[in-house]
Amino acid sequence: MCLAIPAQVVELAADDTAIVDLAGVRKDVSLSLLDGVQVGDYVIIHVGYALTRLDPLEAEQTLALMAAAGLTGADAQAQAAP
Amino acid sequence: MRYVDEFRDGELAGGLAAAIAREVRDDRRYNFMEFCGGHTHAISRYGVPDLLPPNVRMIHGPGCPVCVLPIGRIDLAIRVALEERVILCTYADTLRIPASRGLSLMGAKARGGDIRMVYAVTDALRIARENPDREVVFFAIGFETTTPPTAVAIRQARAEGLGNFSVLCCHVLTPSAIMNILESPQVRDLGTVPLDGFIGPAHVSTVIGSRPYEFFAEEYRKPVVIAGFEPLDVMQAIRMLVRQVNEGRAEVENEFTRAVTPEGNRKAQDLVSEVFELRRSFEWRGLGEVPYSALKIRARYGDLDAERRFDLRYHPVPDNKACECGAILRGVKQPTDCKLFGTVCTPETPMGSCMVSSEGACAAHYSYGRHKDLEVLA
Amino acid sequence: MSAAVKPGYARPLDLKHGLVELRHGGGGRAMVQLIGELFARHLGNPLLAQGNDGTLLPPQGGRLVVSTDSHVVSPLFFPGGDIGCLSVHGTVNDVAMMGASPSYLTAGFVLEEGFPLADLARIVQSMAEAARQAGVALVAGDTKVVEQGKGDGVFITTTGIGYLPDGLQLGGDQARPGDLVVLSGTLGDHGVAIMSQRENLAFDAPIRSDTAPLNGLTAAMLASGARLRVMRDPTRGGLAATLNEIAHQSGVGIHLQEAAIPVRPEVEAACELLGLDPLNIANEGKLIAICHPEDGERLLEAMRTHPLGQAAALIGQVVEDPNGFVQMKTRFGGRRMVDWLSGEQLPRIC
Repeated sequence: MCLAIPAQVVELAADDTAIVDLAGVRKDVSLSLLDGVQVGDYVIIHVGYALTRLDPLEAEQTLALMAAAGLTGADAQAQAAP
Repeated sequence: MRYVDEFRDGELAGGLAAAIAREVRDDRRYNFMEFCGGHTHAISRYGVPDLLPPNVRMIHGPGCPVCVLPIGRIDLAIRVALEERVILCTYADTLRIPASRGLSLMGAKARGGDIRMVYAVTDALRIARENPDREVVFFAIGFETTTPPTAVAIRQARAEGLGNFSVLCCHVLTPSAIMNILESPQVRDLGTVPLDGFIGPAHVSTVIGSRPYEFFAEEYRKPVVIAGFEPLDVMQAIRMLVRQVNEGRAEVENEFTRAVTPEGNRKAQDLVSEVFELRRSFEWRGLGEVPYSALKIRARYGDLDAERRFDLRYHPVPDNKACECGAILRGVKQPTDCKLFGTVCTPETPMGSCMVSSEGACAAHYSYGRHKDLEVLA
Repeated sequence: MSAAVKPGYARPLDLKHGLVELRHGGGGRAMVQLIGELFARHLGNPLLAQGNDGTLLPPQGGRLVVSTDSHVVSPLFFPGGDIGCLSVHGTVNDVAMMGASPSYLTAGFVLEEGFPLADLARIVQSMAEAARQAGVALVAGDTKVVEQGKGDGVFITTTGIGYLPDGLQLGGDQARPGDLVVLSGTLGDHGVAIMSQRENLAFDAPIRSDTAPLNGLTAAMLASGARLRVMRDPTRGGLAATLNEIAHQSGVGIHLQEAAIPVRPEVEAACELLGLDPLNIANEGKLIAICHPEDGERLLEAMRTHPLGQAAALIGQVVEDPNGFVQMKTRFGGRRMVDWLSGEQLPRIC
C-alpha cells in the first residue's frame, strides 16, 4: 500500500543486497526478505528492501485482460472467433 | 519504466472506462472503499474519478499509516527526541503531523530536537554505527509492507551488538482495520456508509497474500479485489468489483497477480513473527481502540524496544473537536463535510492527519481534486 | 650576500592547502590579499578595479531592473555545477525573465572559518566562467568570515542589474484567457541532481543540474517578435509554484497537458523512487513563457534553435477561471489540480 516500485536487479552484491535499475537510476536494496533472486529479475522495492518478485508472465496477462476488456461486445466476439 | 508505464496507459484507460460504463447497472449505485493510501493517492493523482460512471463512488479508507497515527504516539516520539536527546530517525511522512502543544516533529526539530529524515531503516542503523555515543531511535510506522524491513533491522542490530539502537514500534495491521470498519454501526446496521466492496491493498498483499481477505468476503459478504498500485490496476479492479456486485458474488479476487499470491511472502511473515507480537489493543486515530490491530516488540528483543528503554508511557490525546479525520477515515464523511477543510485546515497548516499525508483523503482531495467542488457550485 | 626582501612582496595564498581564517574577513591585509589573489584575479574587470567603496557605473539607456538572490545550496558541488555558477545563473536569469539584458552583478560572500581555499578557488573560477558566458561583469563585492560552525562553508548573495528597452512590459499579471503556455525544456533536472548527492538518498543517477544562464534564450525569444506576456523561471517549488503564482497574479486559470511536459526518463524514475512529483522540483536552467494565442509557433521555433531551448514545448493554455486553479489533463485521461507544494519537499514513503 505504501510507495513501492518495480525495478530490475542488475547486480548482486555483498551482505544480501543487490543493485537495481529503474530507467537508468540505480539504487542498492536489501534482499533479506527474498530467496533466490537472480540478475534480470524484477522486484518490487519499498523503503530500501525488495518485497517480492514481479512475475512478467502474469504482468503480460493482466495487460492483455485489460486490453480485451476495452473492446466492445462486437469486437470481443470477433477477436474470440477462431 | 518497465511494468509501470504500461499500467498507466491512457488508451487502455479509455477502454476500461468504457467497459465499466457498459457493465454498471443504471438502477443502482456502487460504493467501493479503497483501503490503501497508495490507492487513494493514485486515484487522485491520475484523475481516475473522471473516468468512472457517476453512479460509482470511491470511499477513502484508513489505509494510510500516517493518517491513523494518534497524537499520543507522535508525542512519544517528540518526548524521546527532546527530553532524552536521542537521534530520532523517521520516515519523512511523520514530520508534519500535528501533535500536542502545537508541536510536530518538524517543530521539535526547530526547537533543537535531533530529528533526521531517513528513506530506509538501514539509514538509521548506519547513523547508530556512526554515533556510538548517542542513542538512536527509529520511529517505525507502517502497515505490513513496512514491518518486515523493521524486523530485519532489529535482528541486524542484535547480531551486530548495536547497543545504542532501539525502535519505537507503531506498526499496524490491515485486516484488523478492515474488520473495524465492517463492524462499525454505520456499515453494519445503519447503512450510513453503504459499502459494496473493497479494493484490497497492493503491497500489503504481496506480504500477507490474498488469503487473509477470504474471511471478510465470507463473513461480511463483501467482495474484495486486490489491486496493483497503478491507475489501470485500480480501474480493472473496479470493473471486477462491479461484476461481482452485479452477479451477487462476494469473493476475494486478485487483480495484482504479477506480485500477489495466496500465501504472500512467507519469509517476510516469519521474520515479522519472530520479532513482533500482537498488542492486545492499540488506539487508531479516528477508529478508537482496536483490538489485536498493532504490533509490539517481543520480549526476546526487548532491549531494542524504545518504549522499554526510555520508559515511554502512552497517553491518549483527543483530536481537535472540529476535526473530522475520524469520520473521514471510516468513510462516514467526506473531506468537504469537515468545517475546517480548506480554510483552517490545509496542507500548509494541517489540523489533522488526513491533511498531512499526501495519501490522506483530505490532502489528496485538496491538492488534486478541489476544482470539482467549485465546479459543482458554479 | 644580502638577501634583500623585495618591496611589496607578500607570500601568496596557499590555494592548495590553505583554509579561510577569520583575518580574511577582517578588513586588513589578509582580506585585501584574498580579494586580490582570488576574487579580483578571476572576476576582475575595469569597473571592479575602480577599487572604491562604491562602483560608478556608466549611464545606459533603458529602464533599470534589479534582482537579488541568496544561495545556500548544499552540497556546494554537484553534478552539472556548483554554488558559484548557480549564484551567477540564478540572478542573471531573474533579470532576464523581466525581458531585460543583464549587465552587472554584485556578490557578497559569507565564508566559514576553516573552509578550504582550494574549494573557494574552484567556486570563484566557476563564477568567473559563468559570468563570462552570460556576458555580465562583477562590479562590486563583499567578504565576511564567520567562526567555524556558524556557516555552512560558504553562502553567496548576488544582485543583478539589467536594462529593459522601452516598450516592453512583461509581468505575472499579464496572462489572459486564450494565451499559450510554453516550457523551454525538461523538468526536475536540478532538484534531482542535488538530491542524488544528499547523504540519505544514495543512488547512481546520471542526472546533471541544468543550471545555465538564460539571457541568450530570452533575447532570442524577444527578437522573434512573439507577443510575450510573462517569462518566469521555475526554481524553488517548481513549475507548479510558478504557474500558480502567475494564475493568481493574473486572475486566470491554466490548463496543462501532462503528455506535453518534457521530463527525462531518469528524472521520472528518480521521482518515482522518492515519491516526488517533477512538477514541484526546482529547475535552474529552464523558463516558462506565456504568449499571445497566435504566436506559439513563432516562439517555439525561436526557442528550439537556441541550445537551451531545444526541447521547448507547448504545454498548456490560459483559461477563464475566477478561482485561479491550475489543472492538468493527466496522461491517463483524467483531470487533476496542480497545486503549490506545501512545506519542504520531502520524499514520500507511504
